[in-house]
Amino acid sequence: MKKINFPITEEQLGGLRCGDRVLASGYLYTARDAAHKRMFELLQEGKELPIDVKGQTIYYVGAAPAKPGSVIGPCGPTSSYRMDKYAPSLLDRGLKVMVGKGARNDEVISSMVKNKAVYLIAVGGAAALIAKSVKKVDLICYEDLGTEAIYRYEVEDMPLIVAIDSEGRNIYVRE
Amino acid sequence: MNIREISSDEIICAVKKLFIDCNYYIGDDIMNALVKARDNEDTQLARDVLTQIIDNDHIAAQEQIPMCQDTGMAVLFVEYGDRVVVDGCGFNAAVEEGVRRAYTDGYLRKSVVSDPVFDRVNTKDNTPPVIHTTIVPGDKIHIVAGGKGFGSENMSAIKMLTPSAGVEGVKKFVLDSVAYAGPNPCPPIVVGVGIGGTFEKAAQLAKKATFRSIASSHPDGRYAALERELLEQINTMGTGPAGLGGKTTALGVNIETYPTHIAGMPVAVNICCHACRHGEVTI
Ligand code: SF4
Repeated sequence: MKKINFPITEEQLGGLRCGDRVLASGYLYTARDAAHKRMFELLQEGKELPIDVKGQTIYYVGAAPAKPGSVIGPCGPTSSYRMDKYAPSLLDRGLKVMVGKGARNDEVISSMVKNKAVYLIAVGGAAALIAKSVKKVDLICYEDLGTEAIYRYEVEDMPLIVAIDSEGRNIYVRE
Repeated sequence: MNIREISSDEIICAVKKLFIDCNYYIGDDIMNALVKARDNEDTQLARDVLTQIIDNDHIAAQEQIPMCQDTGMAVLFVEYGDRVVVDGCGFNAAVEEGVRRAYTDGYLRKSVVSDPVFDRVNTKDNTPPVIHTTIVPGDKIHIVAGGKGFGSENMSAIKMLTPSAGVEGVKKFVLDSVAYAGPNPCPPIVVGVGIGGTFEKAAQLAKKATFRSIASSHPDGRYAALERELLEQINTMGTGPAGLGGKTTALGVNIETYPTHIAGMPVAVNICCHACRHGEVTI
């Protein structure tokens, strides 16, 4: 199993192939439907994003609340296709890694190839297990969105699978 | 005729427990099917995905946390005895309070917004639930309920087939719906199929079918055979665990039926993920 770090280096990213299983450590941002919608609208208005996505990772997740004494509640991936409408504009801004579950549409994939980005998946519904790899959580912005706010997670050995690599090879397309 | 009084508190506690338990503890039927499926898979990747899901469900039970972060929208099917009176706040308000306490005190995620189109504002306590009530004779209340995650709910479908479509039409619609859903509903899935009634009745039956144990089958042998046949065919599709390929796309297919109109044959397919959370209680 490959080990990778977030933010990802160009070299590590280039070495990822569709189907690779990886353990990821480092920092990532979380955002799902509502946060994406807000960021997309900012970009359309020509305004700055609340986070600099250049070189970064966005995990599509809305965690369950943490029990007292734990860092975070269960936090598995949500379906990525709902972010397809917004993803290309973030990729154009330099976003390098998206983490979610399920397939992506053609526009996202061609934008990934153009911008040299990868799409990783976590196992949907393995939320309690994934929570074990999250070591620290910081609220970054959009607090009013609750579970849909943007957080930064520090993760250690988060189990992921490369679903679409930077050359557009796609795990969901099988002969 | 004797009227039985049930306190609102009893309803609140029962509903709260039901939603917390079903989110923390996966049913034996699902766990057994997951283990069997893992042993049956050929590729390392498919086995690994199923192992993660199995480990996940054990962690959730052990640590008493939800197995999935999407703890769903609360759905209840209620058989309400016609000789029962719920005192205090009344039945519906008690159910709502039970849901509120489960999602708040049980550290479940609040995923409900107040308005579907314009003000998508989180209600912050996962209310309101969706309650389907039928009045039945007797002095008891029976509740079958579960938290429905929307990764799989969004992949559900309904079609107003006409009688000439026959059983082949039903099979085709179910298989097409599951194929279309692909990796999105977190396979391996449980497929609830509602056949008959009217437009909305078929959808309710399909949801109710996902709240039935996958170790059970339809009482009519012909539908039980159809459940088995559909499961087999779904598992030849190759979608596999997490949609990454394999022999386990579904863990079970449950069909529920109801009489229908001479001109119709509604079919609804409600897809549920492997985190198939439901429970029941009689009060
Ligand atoms: S579809 Fe089910 S298992 Fe997947 S994220 Fe939603 S609730 Fe969890």
